[in-house]
Amino acid sequence: MNRPEGPNSFPRADRAAVNPSYRLYHPKWYRERYPIFWWLERFAYGKFITRELTSLAVGYAAVLLMFEIWVLSEGQQAYTRFQELLVSPPVLIFHGVGLLFLLFHSVTWLNLAPKALVVHLGRKRIPDAAVLFGHYAAWLVATALVVWYLVGR
Amino acid sequence: MAKVSREPFFWAMFSSGGMIAALVLPAMALLLWFAIPLGWVEAPSHADLVTKIDRPLVKLALFAFVVLLLFHWAHRFRFTLYDGLQLSHLYGLIATVSYGSATILSLSAAYLLWSFP
Amino acid sequence: MADSITLQIQRYRPEEEDEPVWQSFEVPRRDEWMVLDGLNYIKDNLDGSLSYRWACRMGVCGSCGMVVNGEPVLTCATYLSELGPGPVRIEPLKGFPVVRDLVGDIQDFIDKLASVKPWIIRDEEQPLSEGEYLQTPEELAEYKQHSMCINCMLCYSACPIYALEPDFIGPAAIALAQRYNLDSRDQGAAQRMEVLSQHEGIWCCTFVGECSVVCPKNVDPAAAIQRYKVKATAEWFKSLLMPWSKR
Repeated sequence: MNRPEGPNSFPRADRAAVNPSYRLYHPKWYRERYPIFWWLERFAYGKFITRELTSLAVGYAAVLLMFEIWVLSEGQQAYTRFQELLVSPPVLIFHGVGLLFLLFHSVTWLNLAPKALVVHLGRKRIPDAAVLFGHYAAWLVATALVVWYLVGR
Repeated sequence: MAKVSREPFFWAMFSSGGMIAALVLPAMALLLWFAIPLGWVEAPSHADLVTKIDRPLVKLALFAFVVLLLFHWAHRFRFTLYDGLQLSHLYGLIATVSYGSATILSLSAAYLLWSFP
Repeated sequence: MADSITLQIQRYRPEEEDEPVWQSFEVPRRDEWMVLDGLNYIKDNLDGSLSYRWACRMGVCGSCGMVVNGEPVLTCATYLSELGPGPVRIEPLKGFPVVRDLVGDIQDFIDKLASVKPWIIRDEEQPLSEGEYLQTPEELAEYKQHSMCINCMLCYSACPIYALEPDFIGPAAIALAQRYNLDSRDQGAAQRMEVLSQHEGIWCCTFVGECSVVCPKNVDPAAAIQRYKVKATAEWFKSLLMPWSKR
């Protein structure tokens, strides 16, 4: 089959049929290597990566919660020792950072919620501001419930 | 549906986990990591806490809570490795390790809660 | 204010060099000039070999997208005088192979856009006797924002995922797919879902959000993608739990 030369002469569908992993190869086109530390090059990217790293705080919180429950099952003395460990300065500093990460997760997550959750009541679309307000209200309610359950009488 | 990936399932776990983490974790961390150990609030006693946790519904809620948090971490961390460290060529390995460890931790949590106290 | 400003332009002449080089030009600094006017001045007076794309010079055709001082912008819509004393660095859009100077090959975007079927799909066309398809203002508002896309690809340049994952469909293509999915006249959401819901389709996206920040037309592709993720996930669970129901 005689194919004319040129970048648009071999449509992707045909290329895919011939070889699924074929990439159009033009040796003279310059393909810049994307830098490994691309997330340091712009403030917005840095903020993004920080937000993604908050998942480590979330995972840690889950594991520590389970650990604390296990400690509770080990008895009063173990629990007291655990509480003492929690107030040691290095742990407090570590948890301070962790709490900041968790707050950053909450704020970024809730602020982006209206983008993903588009709600309609009948034909009317609920405005983004209302969805945002609803999420922050839910945060307040959830906080109250947690406090009530853990330390309430 | 042959070509549709399984990502929607993991994304659903990620987004539910993210939502519950956003709503609950700051309060929980503030209490458990600071307010109670440092005495900012009247700390619940050991016996109190055991009673509060040793209820079937609470155990179930805690289990669901922890599973969602772990899978939120797994999904997000997986993509952070793909994009932040450009490890997409280890796609399968990273997926297995992240969801695998989330699964193992979830099973440990299930065992722990089941046999509590 | 100085009379002239330096433009540092990334040149790439494949017949002469293996890698891009920077070349500086002095252009007059006029209050009303855009970066594009500076480029045209260079081509007309200083170096006719400079290659770049432009057309309408008024921000509607989407041809003149380039990276200026690290930000993807339309050069016809960016004032030279607002870029400081200079020098102003101008490079081609990121994520696309550079053919020459400031010209990138955009075939990948074109292919991906075509793959999401960006047109009204109907199971059956309404007969002419029934007149036009009618649409309320609310129905129009559902997709209007995403219809403003001029295919300038600034979002592709801003998106790190597009640069890292060669099969990622990308912000504009997904936003345009949504423009049709959300259009009350369209019945092709199921067909588009096959393309979009593969891993490369939308699931690569980690909601960096820069695409929406750089978009000159406020299309908000990031929101389109996240909204679609919710929809696609719901559809996936529906088909899993209720396989008998026809989408």
